[in-house]
Amino acid sequence: MFKNFFPNKILSLTNKTINNLIILLIVVVAVGITYSLFISPPDYIQGDSVRIMYVHVPSSFIALGCFGFIGIASICNLIFKIKLMPLLAKSVAPIGCTFSIISIVTGSLWGKPTWGIWWVWDARLTSMIVLLLFYILYILSWRFISNFEKANKVSSVIGIIGSFNLPVIKYSVDWWSTLHQPSSITLTSAPTIHHTMLVPLIIMLFGLAIFSLIIFLMKYKTEVMRFKIDKKKNFK
Amino acid sequence: MLSKKVKSRIFFLILSFAAAAMIIFIVLRSLEENVVYFLSPTEIYNKTNITFDKTIRIGGLVKMNSISKNETSISFIITDLKKEIIVSYEGIVPNLFSEGKGVVAEGKLKDKKYFVASKILAKHDENYMPPEVSKALEMSNN
Repeated sequence: MFKNFFPNKILSLTNKTINNLIILLIVVVAVGITYSLFISPPDYIQGDSVRIMYVHVPSSFIALGCFGFIGIASICNLIFKIKLMPLLAKSVAPIGCTFSIISIVTGSLWGKPTWGIWWVWDARLTSMIVLLLFYILYILSWRFISNFEKANKVSSVIGIIGSFNLPVIKYSVDWWSTLHQPSSITLTSAPTIHHTMLVPLIIMLFGLAIFSLIIFLMKYKTEVMRFKIDKKKNFK
Repeated sequence: MLSKKVKSRIFFLILSFAAAAMIIFIVLRSLEENVVYFLSPTEIYNKTNITFDKTIRIGGLVKMNSISKNETSISFIITDLKKEIIVSYEGIVPNLFSEGKGVVAEGKLKDKKYFVASKILAKHDENYMPPEVSKALEMSNN
């Protein structure tokens, strides 16, 4: 399976695969949205504003997951110098960046009716902004450094430094008192979220993950092509 | 087998990881007072160097049956189930502000037991459930 991500294989990825994924995406997201907007109940205190969570939480998961991937890819890249690592990480960055923006915006829309304020500088919200800044730095380092090898090194360092922020985001709500509530879904104990709300949340997470996969495949294919063209140009 | 070059890179990376983790830990530790968004009544009680003219935030639960309202002002008790602070506030409280729920108040301490708030925020906890379930839970608790 992993072999399919090697540069030569990805180019033979046909539009058919992507089209099939898009059909799957439409089905899953349609079910997810129907479930989260109409079937799932309102919350006992928040009322209907709980429905923002069905976009907010999956977006945050994906935003963190993508940077985790960039961090691991950056480490492998610096140590083993595998050529496909920077291309993979580079393709994941815009997805994570977009989802961290979505997470921050939806969180803010939820904060106003719930907390009574759009934004506070507590540990969770601030560390999330730091994540967004690292995404922007990472993407800009690829954009503004024209030499591939140099951009590769700089972006890997940014990716690794930014990864230290991930546990801080995850555990900020446990380590310090924050306005943001602690996690409802943890590995160690039963979720404190009722199953009628957990099901649409998981469907939406699945849907947004498929969306990320589609964007990733398209972007990765483009990056591989660009890399090959640049190599050919330099060769001449 | 890993080559010598790769080994030295791994070694270097582990070293810089340890250093970076240490630095971040120390920075966050020393900044703890700024990272913490609010103090609990017990923390206020135990604090020795309290500045009364500085705006701070305190947080906890709104004590049951402690809210008293008149036309423009509201007063209630913030508790962390150990210590309590009386809060008075003039203005509109958020919709989710209610007894037994989390709250964060921004303002100034008059003394260790009395707080004048300039802003009230409702804090939501990690529990999500439909209204029927919460009613059923209440019934079974009583």
